[in-house]
Order: sequence, then structure tokens, then C-alpha cells
Amino acid sequence: MIEVTNLHSGYGRIPILHGIDLKMKPGEVVGILGHNGMGKTTLLRTLVGNIKATSGRIDFAGHDITRASTAERSRTGIGYVPQGRDIFPQLSVMENLKMGEIMRNGESAIPEMLDHFPVLKDLLERPGRGLSGGQQQILALARCLAGRPKLILLDEPTEGIQPSIVDLIAEKLGELRAALNLGIILVEQDIRFIRQLADRVLIIQKGVFVAEISPQQLYDREAVDAHLGI
Amino acid sequence: MDLLVVLSIEALRAVASLALISVGLAIIFGMMRVINLAHGEFLMLGGYAAIVATKAGINIWVSTLILAPLVVAIIGIIIERTVIRFLYGRPRDTMLATWGLSLFLVGITTTIFGNTTEGISAPAGSLQVGNYYIAAYSLIIVLIAIAVFAAIWAVFRFTRYGLIARSTMQNPEMAAALGVNPPAVYAATFGIGAGLAGLAGGVMAPITGIVPTIGAAYVAKAFITVIGGGPAVLAGTVSASVLFGAIDQIITYLSTPVIGEVALLAAAVILLRFMPQGVTGSFFRRAS
Ligand SMILES: Nc1ncnc2c1ncn2[C@@H]1O[C@H](COP(=O)(O)OP(=O)(O)OP(=O)(O)O)[C@@H](O)[C@H]1O
Ligand SMILES: [Mg+2]
Repeated sequence: MIEVTNLHSGYGRIPILHGIDLKMKPGEVVGILGHNGMGKTTLLRTLVGNIKATSGRIDFAGHDITRASTAERSRTGIGYVPQGRDIFPQLSVMENLKMGEIMRNGESAIPEMLDHFPVLKDLLERPGRGLSGGQQQILALARCLAGRPKLILLDEPTEGIQPSIVDLIAEKLGELRAALNLGIILVEQDIRFIRQLADRVLIIQKGVFVAEISPQQLYDREAVDAHLGI
Repeated sequence: MDLLVVLSIEALRAVASLALISVGLAIIFGMMRVINLAHGEFLMLGGYAAIVATKAGINIWVSTLILAPLVVAIIGIIIERTVIRFLYGRPRDTMLATWGLSLFLVGITTTIFGNTTEGISAPAGSLQVGNYYIAAYSLIIVLIAIAVFAAIWAVFRFTRYGLIARSTMQNPEMAAALGVNPPAVYAATFGIGAGLAGLAGGVMAPITGIVPTIGAAYVAKAFITVIGGGPAVLAGTVSASVLFGAIDQIITYLSTPVIGEVALLAAAVILLRFMPQGVTGSFFRRAS
């Protein structure tokens, strides 16, 4: 479904990614684990097109999208839930949800999203900036899913969020990936969360993947720390 | 009593005119952070479009309310695509470019139309209020301003374009990640701002007449209004227009129009001294 080959990118003239390779099957969930500043967010932003690749290639659903605009990538089925969530602060929750499917034809997915995430039902008229971090995370996920993507990129969905909501998100993601055959690239620092969802885990260090491990191996903290480069 | 009615209508006309000539600038600045120094020339072009079309025999309402905004919106979109879009995020370059553009537009219209005032007479005749007569057109300007502001509000609040535009202005990268093409949104929004300037220029043309250099007179007032209004595009433009328009008109009545304009300027300086964020930056938290 997505195939990334020798991908390089960075900010201005500062290179950050130094040759990322990644191949995923439809419906697969790949966890990416790495310390702060190792390039996780940069990788996801390069995949959605907010940062241009300096070299390498990205294929998605049979098309070369390396030079495609962010909007085009979104329309071919890549969904994005950024770190910090990027809820539109002055749009209501309902308007944020509408933005999720603004470019998709056909029936609205919003009622379905409200069934999956009933907490949002009582918040529909609230401005995005009036939500708690957890509520914003749920909204960002629902907004992304309303576009019916085939692959979603999640950047640290548990960051700064209370444990009960982390569990809720993990449970929903597990349910939805099976129901929708949804591919997920899950960037996380929360090992428990990644273990619950990922089929396999890639370790990133300084802009390259240095190891691939199974979720079971995540129980071995020492081995994980060794991979992370501690 | 009659005098009061007449003065109120004139004050409302002043407020409405100020709001109309400012709103295009407010939208382009408020939503895109582009300081358009050619705003006055957009008004001027709207004025010429209205006058040329009317003189060519087209109905004056069609000329001022439809053709003038349409022509200037198209010119605005062309300018955005060929010049402005390369300068987003570079306010100084944008100001230089739009300033150059304003000189170019003045030059080209002077070449075409010469440096004399062109005019058309205001439609709709006059109304009698007791012993006084006022131009019915004054009331019509007020109604047009109300209709224009209601329409802008509704478009941004309720339409698909409005939702896309607001989201793009708040976070273009996220909007793009949801499938929106920000450059198209910018072009459309610039076109709308330009079109509103064209509309204002068309509507004002029967009152002021038009010369190629008239933009300079408009742009100063429009800037004062937009800066005085602060971050909320519509609420800010309306509140600053009410404040400055009323002061201008009251002082004009008590003395002369020139002193009225000086009072407007003085009011703006005082306002910004005490409310550097403008009216809406100080009273309303929410920018719409
Ligand atoms: N906008 C930017 N301009 C320049 N450098 C940046 C920018 N954003 C990030 N960087 C740098 O790029 C490197 C990788 O950052 P990135 O955000 O991808 O890390 P990360 O793995 O997502 O970290 P975190 O876990 O803290 O989110 C860091 O050294 C960071 O300082
Ligand atoms: Mg990050």
C-alpha cells in the first residue's frame, strides 16, 4: 500500500532524514519508536507532503506521490493526525469534523464518527480551542477518519493525555483498523500503547531506521533501550 | 427634528461608505496577512468600470453592483496569480510589490482615460424630509453596505467556501492535509477582497467622480479603519467605521469637511494610542 524508498528530507539545508525505507501492506499497523528529535515528525510530515523530499521515492496505492502536493496525497487516501493535534482553534467541533470530509463525495461519515466517539456529541458547538487535550485528540482522530483514509499517520496520539483517554483511543483504533482494513503508521513513545496496536515496530535513530522488532520484544526493556541507543 | 433625521442619514452614509471602502482591504489583510497598498487603485478601477459601463448604456445598477466588482475581482485574481502568490510570508516585499502595482495602475488608467474627472450622476433622485432634501442615494448606500456585510458574514459562516477559507487561514498545512489546496483558496479570497473594493469604487463613483489618482484618498481612510478595527475582520471594520464615520460627520457638520477628516485621523491616533490592538482586539477576544 505504501512503499518508501531511500527517502531523504530536512528543513532548509539541514538534512534530517537520511534514507528511510519502509514497505507496508494494506491494513498493516507499523509502530515507530524513537527518542525526541530523531526525525519521527519529520518523516510523517514528509509523507503527507508538508515537507518536500530532497531525494528518494514514495509510492502509495500504486502511484508515485513523491512530488504530489499535500492536498493530492490526502485525496488519494492518506490521513494525518499531527503531533499537537492541530485542531482549527476558531472552528467549532462540528466544523472541524466537516473539514475532515470536505473533499470527499458521498455520504457524511460524521454520524458514524459520533457513534464511535460519543464524547464529541455534547461538544459540537464548542470552538476547537475550548477542548481539553484529550478531547482534541479524539476530535483530530475523528476528523481524520471522516475522510475515509486508507492509511493514517498518527504522531504521538498519547502525548499529554490522561490514561483513560489513551485506553479509549487504543481500543477504538484496534476496533476500527480491523473493521476498515486501515493501515496505520503509529509514532509513539508510549511503549504500552504501541504494543497494543502494532504488528511490527521500527526503531528510528537520527533519521534512519536502525532495527525492526516484534511487539513481544517490547517487553524486554533492556533490549529496547539498547536499540534506542541508550 | 427633521434636521436630526437628515444628519443621522448623512452620518449613516459616512459610516456605510467607510465600511464599504475598507472591507476588501480588511478581508485581504485579516485572512491572508497581505497588506495591499494597491487597495485604493482597486477602488479606482471599480469606479472606472462602473462609469465606462454606464456611459456605454448599461443600466447603472448593473454597472455598479455587478460589473464593477466582477471586473476588479478578475483583475485581483490575475494579480494574485502573477505577483502576490510568490510573496506570501514576506510582508515587506508584498508591500513594495503592491505599491509598485498601485503606481502602475494609476499610470495605465491615466494613459487610457486622461487626468480629468469622469462622473455619472447619482441615480434615484432626492427625498424630502420636512424642509430638507437629501439624496436618496445616501440611503441606498447604507442599504447596500448592510446587504454586503450580511452577505459576507453568511458566506464565511455558512458556505463550504467559507469553511475552507477560515480553516486555511487558521492552519494552511492542516487544511492541506485534509485535501484543501491553499493556493486556490488564497486566489479566491484575494479575488473576493478585490471584488469588494471594486464594488465600493463603483458605488462611490456617482458621488465622488473618478480620477486615476483617487485611490490615494481612499487607501488612507481604509487603512485607518482596518487598523482601528483590529483582528476581527467584519466586527472590526464595522465598529471602526461607526466610530470614525460618526466623528468625521459630526465635525464636518460643526465646521468643514477638511476638519472632519482631520478629526477622523486624530480619533484614529488616539484610539490606537489606548487600544493598540484596535477596537476588536480590546473588546472581543474572538476573531471571526
Ligand atoms: N521547523 C524546523 N526547522 C528546523 N529544524 C527542525 C524543525 N522541526 C524540527 N527540526 C529538527 O529536526 C530534528 C527532528 O525533529 P522531529 O520533530 O522530526 O523529531 P521527533 O522525532 O518528532 O521528536 P519528538 O519526539 O520530540 O516529537 C530535530 O533535531 C529538530 O530540532
Ligand atoms: Mg515529533
